Formats: sequence, structure tokens, C-alpha cells
Amino acid sequence: MSQQAANGVPCRGKVLTLDNMNPNVRRVEYAVRGAIVQRAGQIEKELKEGVKKPFTEVIKANIGDAHAMGQKPISFLRQVLALCSYPELLEDNKFPEDAKHRARRILEACGGHSIGAYSASQGIECVRQDVARYIEKRDGGIPSNPDNIYLSTGASDAIVTMLKLLVCGEGRDRTGVMISIPQYPLYSAALADLGAVQISYYLDEDKCWSLDVAELKRAVDAARQHCNPRVLCIINPGNPTGQVQSRQCIEDVIRFAKEEHLFLMADEVYQDNVYAEGCKFHSFKKVLFEMGPAYSSTVEMASFHSTSKCYMGECGFRGGYMEVINMDPEVKAQLTKLVSVRLCPPVPGQALLDLVVNPPQPDEPSYNTFMKERTAVLAALAEKARLTEQIFNEVPGVTCNPVQGAMYTFPRIALPQKAIDKAKEEGQVPDMFYCMRLLEEEGICLVPGSGFGQREGTFHFRMTILPPTEKLKIVLQKISDFHVRFTQEFS
Amino acid sequence: MAVVLPCVRGAIIPQSFQSQTLSQPLSSLSATRRGLPKEKMSENGVLSRAKVLTIDTMNPTVKKVEYAVRGPIVLRAVELERELSEGMKKPFSEVIKANIGDAHAMGQQPITFFRQVLALCSYPELLNDSTFPEDAKSRARRILQSCGGNSMGSYTASQGIDSVRQDVARYIERRDGGVPCDPDDIYLTTGASDGIVTMLKLLVCGEGATRTGVMISIPQYPLYSAALAELGAVQINYYLNEEKCWSMDISELQRALDEARRHCNPRALCVINPGNPTGQVQSRQCIEDVIRFAANERLLLMADEVYQDNVYAEGCQFHSFKKVLFEMGPEYSDTVELVSFHSTSKCYMGECGFRGGYMEIINMDDEVKAQLTKLVSVRLCPPVPGQALMDLVVNPPQPGEPSHDNFIKERTATLSALAEKAKLTEQVLNTIQGISCNPVQGAMYSFPRITIPEKAIQEAMDKGQEPDMFYCMKMLEETGICLVPGSGFGQTDGTYHFRMTILPPTDKLTILLNKVKEFHQKFTQQYS
Repeated sequence: MSQQAANGVPCRGKVLTLDNMNPNVRRVEYAVRGAIVQRAGQIEKELKEGVKKPFTEVIKANIGDAHAMGQKPISFLRQVLALCSYPELLEDNKFPEDAKHRARRILEACGGHSIGAYSASQGIECVRQDVARYIEKRDGGIPSNPDNIYLSTGASDAIVTMLKLLVCGEGRDRTGVMISIPQYPLYSAALADLGAVQISYYLDEDKCWSLDVAELKRAVDAARQHCNPRVLCIINPGNPTGQVQSRQCIEDVIRFAKEEHLFLMADEVYQDNVYAEGCKFHSFKKVLFEMGPAYSSTVEMASFHSTSKCYMGECGFRGGYMEVINMDPEVKAQLTKLVSVRLCPPVPGQALLDLVVNPPQPDEPSYNTFMKERTAVLAALAEKARLTEQIFNEVPGVTCNPVQGAMYTFPRIALPQKAIDKAKEEGQVPDMFYCMRLLEEEGICLVPGSGFGQREGTFHFRMTILPPTEKLKIVLQKISDFHVRFTQEFS
Repeated sequence: MAVVLPCVRGAIIPQSFQSQTLSQPLSSLSATRRGLPKEKMSENGVLSRAKVLTIDTMNPTVKKVEYAVRGPIVLRAVELERELSEGMKKPFSEVIKANIGDAHAMGQQPITFFRQVLALCSYPELLNDSTFPEDAKSRARRILQSCGGNSMGSYTASQGIDSVRQDVARYIERRDGGVPCDPDDIYLTTGASDGIVTMLKLLVCGEGATRTGVMISIPQYPLYSAALAELGAVQINYYLNEEKCWSMDISELQRALDEARRHCNPRALCVINPGNPTGQVQSRQCIEDVIRFAANERLLLMADEVYQDNVYAEGCQFHSFKKVLFEMGPEYSDTVELVSFHSTSKCYMGECGFRGGYMEIINMDDEVKAQLTKLVSVRLCPPVPGQALMDLVVNPPQPGEPSHDNFIKERTATLSALAEKAKLTEQVLNTIQGISCNPVQGAMYSFPRITIPEKAIQEAMDKGQEPDMFYCMKMLEETGICLVPGSGFGQTDGTYHFRMTILPPTDKLTILLNKVKEFHQKFTQQYS
């Protein structure tokens, strides 16, 4: 209360209040850092202040942040970043030649040879060239034009930019955007912020979260009654579900997008995180081009990648890119203009991306260590994916689909009716009630399935598979024990 | 099984999963509504499908966005650079990009201490390296300890690393003579631009005559006009007084506001101090007057202070809006809603590429603040290298620390070079007949007024170009110097300007200024 009010002098309301702020922003939710994480932060503070809890630490298994969970950065990447930050180190013989070589190349591409200069708004040109070459290598030679590459501040930045570009119309002509249920809630948040219409299509939990074109069709037909569907977003490998779509499925999706005249957005940030036998990452671009010119010269698409996941886990650097395919040249000019307003993505992130797409080659000094580190990280993740699925499936009332890829498990949990009723009494969504209990009792922070979307009447949570294996085992055990206890308590 | 489809527009639309029944048969919907593409006749007479995303079906507000600092003239400059590198002959051997406030690109050196700490943070093995000073290592360790897994590669709290926000708060307190600062009011951002856009987004609401209006100076830094266009907010222009060194005039603010109230709902007042493009450093009295005006007219104040260390002119001093606000007593300091912005891109650091920045929020409604915190969480966090850099800017080497002397030396050299170049620029430009340049009191730019002959204005209009764009394009083609026409920032009707940075090294700047002089004389003669 202001001094004025305390003195009895009438105080005027604030200029900016809940009632007169941007109404779209009020609709935005982002569960990955939502209410449960705020409570987790509070508990951490309490622990630090010496408050006694049934646990000694809070385990933040809510967010796909590998380094926070102990994963080590790739040495080579950090060496080059250090060299770029402080080029005096180029004289230091502790650094290998291939690291120095890449640092020099990056610095030469920067204004005044400094990573402190703004870069071109689309991103440093030689980095975009390296990205294009990476894409070509990855996709078996299918050409990639560096001019179609836009570096971005994490993949999130590019995704939001594309959605922004696509949104238009009023009322029943308002742009509708198809996104999976469950989805990574950046999409729902961005669509709320932009006032676009979210069109949900359900992944099939009984078929390992696979995508079903009949379900896409159902969703788009229903949506046409009340909006103008123009975009189809797909996350592959999936978040939160981890499914790796089959090549056939990707073809079917592309065919569907063409038939229904939809712009395809392929979120592929987990492209190196593929674990399950028989699963393979197929880029949408590659499949598109293998389908021949009827598709490859017409379907409009944007593919997204990031430095935050895969084996690098460099979330804090906010590195990423998108590749745009078959974009109208006038729209592309508008896109280029739009990104220029924010000047450029962070240059350290651009440098990092350059190394990701242009890593040590077999004949280079850093190659062996690089491969060793990369393999270790990916193998550990694969092991933890398997372990997680195994342990959760042993718990009555918990069913866990195979974690085929990405970094999360999204098991289905059976909640007793009494618990559901209690949750409702407390004004909480049942799986939030469950997760809050788990947090308070065990100090483990997960995100309730309601934060990602799920079929009505089903409940899930998303947990990362990132803690070190030994710790993960303990966490899995605690959750299992909690689930049994919880079920008993509300039986 | 009944499923509920979440629908963002507010209505829940229950749909039966099994049923394919629709309220309207698809065939009754228009072709567009059914998603069937418009057919287009191409040049060779072949019917082809229109694209999903075209200039007509894209976001209309994005089309209205302009950003002159990297606009058409810069695109042409880049083309020319390419042509030069391919061996094409030009009347010049290099393109000089004096369009953008990018110090390092123009040869300014980074502060050694900052880069040492950043290297240590990037590759902590260097903490064992004896060539790094202890104070650099100590700061690196502190930063790393605040990072998840002691790595800069972790996401941070969305509001920014806690210890960095504490350091920012302490910096603000020191700067403002002890006026308290709560770290919880600090939001680290991806450059100041990010914070500015976020605040504007929060403010925008209403329709038609109740649509949010935002006051911004003419001339202005075109991030503001771009953001307002994109958000579909109403831009309310208040003119700075060129005759009085670009100072702000309350009666002009009042005029602009009163006029705007007829067609929108004015809710915010943006001030850039020191100014961009104009470089003026507002007096303390002026800042008080602005605060009083904002309080009386119930406007949220946005104070863009990214050039706060770039003050050159005798008698000029940077006064933070926060400080002045609090010195005006509780009647104002308890009530006026103020957001102040700072950045690592300017001042003596010039670290544009790191995208570091912060904003301080004063007197924000608690519920709105919670919404702000939620909004920034969607983008996870600002880049950690930029956060680390900001920490060093607000917590630089202290007297007694090993790096102090060198730090002060470098900082002083950079700022005095800028002061020197500011003076030189004003001086040389004012020797040119037909150009008049206000003193460059601060920031990094000169914004001289140029007289363009009537014939040139006519030719420009025939070409569909703004006269000052026409002038600048000619200058670019003939001298390789890339400036930004005043029309990109806004100016009083019938006047023309350009913005040129003062950043090139002094001897290069001298050459540049002389080329501008030659060009202007030639141009004036050509069109007389």
C-alpha cells in the first residue's frame, strides 16, 4: 500500500493492472517453469535456510537441462569458445590446432574480428554455410542453400518468429495451427500470445505415441468450422513423449500437409537423441525431397534445430537455426526484415552452432576425444531411457511407453478417484495435485501432464532422464514408492 | 470417449472423438475455408497453386514493421561489399558501415578483463592457468557457482542468475547515490531490445479508440516504431526541439498527448536518454518535469538508458530516471510506474554480439509482475554469456584488485576517444555549408540536418524515394559510406537529416567526415 493510501489520501489505481494489460499475455501458460517449479524454488530456499524437510535436496527433473544435471560440456566446443572470447589464447600451446583453426575462422567472419560485434541479422554467413553443408551431409546430399538458413536465439526464437509470420485473419478466418497433444508448451504459449487458434491433434498413446493421419484429418476438418487452419507443427523426436516417427509416417504427414494446404513446421531439436532399436531419425527435409518434385518444390516448410539438446546440452548459449523451404520470396524478405529489428542472435551461440555442424573430423587432433565424449553422453542417455521405461513399468498404476528418443519420459499414472476428488476440492488439476505431493514429500520436481495436454480423464507426468544414472535410479525408486503410497492413501 | 479440445480463443469446443458429424458440411464452406488453395495463373499460362504463406496471407502488422538501421540502404551496402570482393571497380575501396552503433566492428577493442573472465567461464580448465589474474578467476568462479552444474551451458532462472541480479542492484544503488534497489525488480534480458519489446507487449490492449498509445520521441530509435507497428499499438510522436539541442519540451508532450487522446488510449511515455539518434543528454530539470508529467497524466515511464556512460559534453551529466524519481519524494517515488533499461552493447564495453541487458521495474502492480515473470519464462532465459558479461560490467575490478589499473586505462581510453570523436564530428560537419550539426552531447551518433536542393527533392520524389534516402544512397554509391537517412528515425516535415556513428577510429573518421563534406558540396552543386 502506498504512503498516500496509508495517510488516507486517495490513491489512484496503477496505470498497468491485470485488467488493462495485454489480454493475450494473461492466457499464456508455460508449465515447464510454472507453478510447481516456483514451489520447488521456494523449497530450495527453505532448505538453504535450514528448514527441515524429508529430503536434503530438490531434484529438478522438470526441465531438459543436461548440464544442470551434471552432464559435461564437450571439451572441443568450450575450447573454441574460450579462444573466441579471448583471442590472446591463440598463442597458448595448450589448445589444439583444430580448435584454434575454427576460432580463427569464426573471428575472421566477425566485425572487427570480435564476437562482440553484431553479426548479420540472419546470422554469420560462414556459419550459415557450415549449417547448410551439415544439412546436406545429414540428408544424403540433398542441397541446402545457406540463404535459407536463419540462425536464431535457440529454436524457440525461430519457432515464435515463424508462427508470428503466419498469423492473420479475424474471427472464423483466424489462423489455426495444428500441434500435437501432448505438446511442448512453447507452442500453446506462443499461440495464446499471438491470439492464433490452437488445433490439437492427439498422438496415439496405445501405439507408442505415434501420429495418425486419420486423427490429423479429424482435427483439421473440425477446425475448419471455426478458424482457418494453415500450419501443422510436429515435434520429432517428440517432446514430451519421446517417440521417433517412422519414415512412412513422415511421408504421410507431408502428403497430408500438401493435400490440406498447410505450412509444415518440423521441430527437430532432438535429432541426435534416438535410442530405441529400430528407430531412426528421418529429417522432414530429406523425406520431402525423396518424395520427388511434386512435393519438394511445393510444400512450404521450416525445420528447427538447437544447440540446447542432443549431445551438447548447451542450453544457456541460446543457439539455434531454422531452414526454410519453398518460402515465397516476398515473405522471405519480410522475414529477413523482421529478424533485423532484434539485430542478431547471440554470437557465442552462433559460434557454438558452427562447431556443432562442423565438429572435429577423423584426421584432426581433437577427433578422438570429441567422439569419446559424444558417444559417452549419448550412450548414457540411451541407458537411462531404457532404465526409466523398465522401472516405471514395474509399478502398478504406472504405464510407460518406450522412451524412443528425446530426453523425457511421459508415463501414464492411474489416480484413485478419491485423489481426483481431493484435488478438485483444492481447486487443482489431479496430476498437479499428485506432482505437488511428490515435490513436498520427496523433493522431486516433475511437470504434470496437464501442462502438455492429454486425453481427458488420463493423467501423466513428464520427467527428464537427465540425472546421472545412479541418482536416476534413486529418483525412479522414490517415485515408484511414492506412487504406491499415494495410491494406498487415496484408496 | 469425449475429449475436450483446448481452444485458445476462450471457448471450449466439445467434440466427440468417434463422430465425424460437423455442424456444417464441408462442401458448404468456401474454398478458402476448406483449405483449398487459390489457383494462380503463372507467367507461362500454367495454373499453379498459390502458396500457403504469401504477402497477402501473412501477418499484416509484420508488413508494417520497418527498421531503417538495417534497412534498404544497408542491404545495398552489403551488395556493394560483395561486388568489391568480387573485384568490381568502384570509386572507393571499402564500404564504411557508419549506420549501426557497433563499436567493435569499427575497431574498438574489448575490455581485456571481461574477455578473460568469459574465457574462464567458457573453459574452466583455464582456472589452473597462471596467466589469468586472480580477480578474473574469482569472478569466473562466482559466476560458475551460480550456474546449474557449474556450467554456462545450463539454463538459468528466467529472470536471470540470482547473484547477477544482486550485483546489478548494487550497481544501481551505487550509481544512484544509495537509492535502494531490490534485486527482485531486476530482469536480465537478451539485450535491452528484448526488455523493451516485452514491456510494450505487456502494455498493449484495447480496440479502436481505446487502443493503447505509446509516446516516443521524434527522432527515435526505430526499435520503438517497429515494435509498436508489430504489436498494433498506436505510436504517439512528440517532437524533440532541434533548435534547443534536441531537448524535450513539456508543452510539446502535452500537445502530443492531448491530440492522441482523441483517437487512442495513451498509457506509456518512452524516453531515450542519452538520446538515439540525437545524442542529447537531458538536464536534471527536464527529467523531473517529465516524471511530473507522467505522474499527472498517468503514463508508465520507459527510460532507455543504454548510453548512460556515453556522456561527453561539458556541463552534461547522466541523471538516471530512477534517481531523480526518488529524489522527488514519496509522492512520486511511491506511485510512478517506471521501467529503466540498460545493455552491454554500448558505453565503453561495446559488446553488442553478447546480447546482454537488464531492466529495472519500479512500482509495478504485483499481479502484473507475476504475469511478466510468467511471460519471460516461456523463452527460458537470456543468453548466459551475456548475463556473465553484465555481471562484470556492474561489478568491475576495484581499486586494489590486480586488473583495476588496466581496466581503468582501457575504459578511459575508449570513452575519451569517443568524446574526442564526438567533438571532431560536430566541428567538421558544421564547417559544411548546408549542414548543421547539434553538439553530440552523448551516445554514439551525430544527426546533422542537411539542406537538400529542390531539384534533388524532386528527383527523389519522381523515384518514389524519401529525399534523404535519395541523398544517402547517392553518397553510398559514390563514396562507399553507409549512413541511415533521417526518415528512418523520424523528423519534422520538410527537414532532412542523416545518422552517422562516431565510431570509426579517429583518423578514419576524419577521412570520412571530409568525404561527406566533399560529397555534400558536389551534390548541392549538381542539383543547384
